[in-house]
Amino acid sequence: MANVTLRNVRKTYPGGFEAIKGVNVDVGDGQFCVLVGPSGCGKSTLLRMVAGLETVTGGEIDIGGRVVNQVEPADRDIAMVFQNYALYPHMSVYNNMAYGLRNRGMPEAEIKTRVEEAARILELAPMLERKPRQLSGGQRQRVAMGRAIVRQPKVFLFDEPLSNLDAKLRIAMRVEIRKLQRRLNTTSIYVTHDQLEAMTLADILVVMNGGQVEQVGNPLAIYEKPSTTFVASFIGAPPMNLMSTRPDEIKAQLGANGAGVQAGILGIRPEDFVITDQTPSGGVALPLTVEAIERVGAETFVYGARAQEEDRVAATPGELPPGEIIVRIPGADAPPIGQKIRVAAIRSKLHLFSADGRTRIEA
Amino acid sequence: MVEEEGIRRYVAHVILWIGIAIVAFPVYLAFVASTQDNAVIANGQMSLLPGGHFFQTYYQTIFVGTSGSTREPVGNMMLNSLIMALAIALGKIAISIISAYAIVYFRFPFRMAIFWIIFITLMLPVEVRIYPTYKIVADLHMLDSYAGLALPLIASATATLLFRQFFMTVPDELLEASRIDGAGPFRFFWDTLLPLSRTNMAALFVILFILGWNQYLWPLLITTRDDMQTIQVGIRKMITTTDALTEWPVVMATAVLAMLPPVFVVVAMQKLFVRGLVETEK
Repeated sequence: MANVTLRNVRKTYPGGFEAIKGVNVDVGDGQFCVLVGPSGCGKSTLLRMVAGLETVTGGEIDIGGRVVNQVEPADRDIAMVFQNYALYPHMSVYNNMAYGLRNRGMPEAEIKTRVEEAARILELAPMLERKPRQLSGGQRQRVAMGRAIVRQPKVFLFDEPLSNLDAKLRIAMRVEIRKLQRRLNTTSIYVTHDQLEAMTLADILVVMNGGQVEQVGNPLAIYEKPSTTFVASFIGAPPMNLMSTRPDEIKAQLGANGAGVQAGILGIRPEDFVITDQTPSGGVALPLTVEAIERVGAETFVYGARAQEEDRVAATPGELPPGEIIVRIPGADAPPIGQKIRVAAIRSKLHLFSADGRTRIEA
Repeated sequence: MVEEEGIRRYVAHVILWIGIAIVAFPVYLAFVASTQDNAVIANGQMSLLPGGHFFQTYYQTIFVGTSGSTREPVGNMMLNSLIMALAIALGKIAISIISAYAIVYFRFPFRMAIFWIIFITLMLPVEVRIYPTYKIVADLHMLDSYAGLALPLIASATATLLFRQFFMTVPDELLEASRIDGAGPFRFFWDTLLPLSRTNMAALFVILFILGWNQYLWPLLITTRDDMQTIQVGIRKMITTTDALTEWPVVMATAVLAMLPPVFVVVAMQKLFVRGLVETEK
C-alpha cells in the first residue's frame, strides 16, 4: 500500500530527444491511475521509469514516501505486467509465479501458499504444471497477472496488458483487472492507448501528449470538461467535433466572458447534437448535408458536410476533415444520404478553446 | 505432400536409391574390406560380401594396432580423439555463450570494437595462423598434450556470432521481468538464457563435435608421441607407401570406427539438433 508521486519527472535520451518533459502526477494509496495518449507520447517510458527500467534524467519518483530514482527495479516493491506478458517460456506456470519469490529467498511453503492463492483467484489452478506455450492468450495474460500479485507489491504497473487479446477477451479481462485491483486495493498505474479502457478503469486519468501531461483528473470530469482540444478529441469516440469560430460568434455565445477573445475553437461532442429545425437560445445550429451513415445497432453515426456558406474549418490538423461533422443519434433511424438537415446543440454542451487549442475558455 | 502418380513416383524413388547407393557403397566397401584377409585384398580378389575375419580384425585394431607402421591400439586413438572433440565442442560452447552474453547484454567501453575483433578472427582459421599458434603452444609446453590439442581450436567466432544472433531475438521484456523478479545478471543467464539456448547449444555441439573429431592438420603437427595420436592422424600413418605391406583390413576397420562417433552423436541428438536449427518459438 503506497502512493506514487512523480515530481517534475524528466527523461532525455542520450541523442538529446526529450521523451518526458516534466510530469507531475500524484496517485493516492489504492487508486487506479491510467496513463493514456497516442503512440510515442511517452506514457510507456514514464511507466518504465517508475518500474526502474529506464533511468530518470530529472525530477523525483516517490513510491510510498521513498524517492526511488536510484533504486533497482527489484527493490522498488513493484510488479509489472508486460504487453507481451514476458513469461519465462521454459518454466511451468507455477515456476513463473514462484521465480520472483524464490529469488527473494522466501521459504518454499510460503511460496506454495501464495501461488496457490493467486491461481485460485485467477482460475489457473488446473494449469499450474503447464508451460506458457500450452496456454491461450487470455490464460497467459492471467499468469502474468498472477506473477504480479504473488509478490504482494506496493504498486502494480501495467504496460498495455490487453492489447494482444481479441476484442471480446479484452473487455472480459478489463473487468477482471478492475475487480482484482479493487479487491487487493493495490495502487496501480496502467498504460494504454485505448481511451475506452482508460475511461472504464481509471480513478485518475492522465492524458499525455508529446511527453507532457495534458490533463489529470477523474475520467468523467475530463470527458465533460476537457482542458485542451487534444484532450477533447482524444477522449470520447467518435471524437469531439472541433471548428474554428469567428470572434463575433464567440461573443454571441460567451457574452461578457468572450470580450477579450480574438478567435477560438468551438467543440461539440457528436452525442450533444440533435436534429432539429430550431436554434436553441445561446446554442448553435448547423445546416448539414448527410454524406455517410454508420449504423451500429443501438446508435447511428451521421457524417455530414457543412453547407458551403459556412467557412469554418477543422481546428487542429489530423482531426475531422475540413467541414465534416459527426452526429450521434440513438436508434437506427437516420436521414438518407444526400438529405439536407439541421443539427443543433444547446449552450451548456458547447466547449470553447483558445485559438491554439491549449486553453479552455469557461462559458 | 502431393502424391505423384504412377511412373513418376518410381523414377523419383529410383533416383533416390541411386543417390543412397553412391553415398553408402564406399562405406560398405570399407566395412567389407575390414572383414577380409589382407592377402585377399592385396591380390585384388576381394569379394563384395563380408569375409570371416570380423572379430579378429576389430579386436586387433582396437586393442593391439597394426603390427608394422604404428603400434598404437586404435582404442587409445579414439579416446584421444574423443577427448579432443569433446573439449573443443564443450569449450567452444562455454566460451562463446559467455562472450555473446557480454556483448549483447552489457554496455562497456569498446563493446563494438571487441565484437568486431571477434568477428575478424573468422578470417583466421587454424591453417592461417598455424605457425604462431604452434610457437605459442610449444612455448607453453603443451605439445603432446590434450590442452595443446584442444585450446587453440576453442576460441571461436562462429559460435559467438550464433549465440549473439540468438540472444538478440530473446525479447527484452524477459530481461526486464527478470530484473523486476530480483534476478541479477548471473541468475538471468543461468535461469533464463541457458535453458532457452538449450536447442541451440545442442545443434552447435553436434557441428563442433564433428569439426573437432575430424581435425587432422593440427593434431598431426603437435603430437609426436604415438600414445597422443588421434584417430584421423593414425589412419594416415597406417598406410605405408614404402617397404611394408599396408594392413588394409586394419586400416579399413579404423576408418569404420572413425565414422561411428559422429554418426552416434548425430543420431542421438537429431531431434534437438533439428529443433535448434529451425525453432523460432520463444
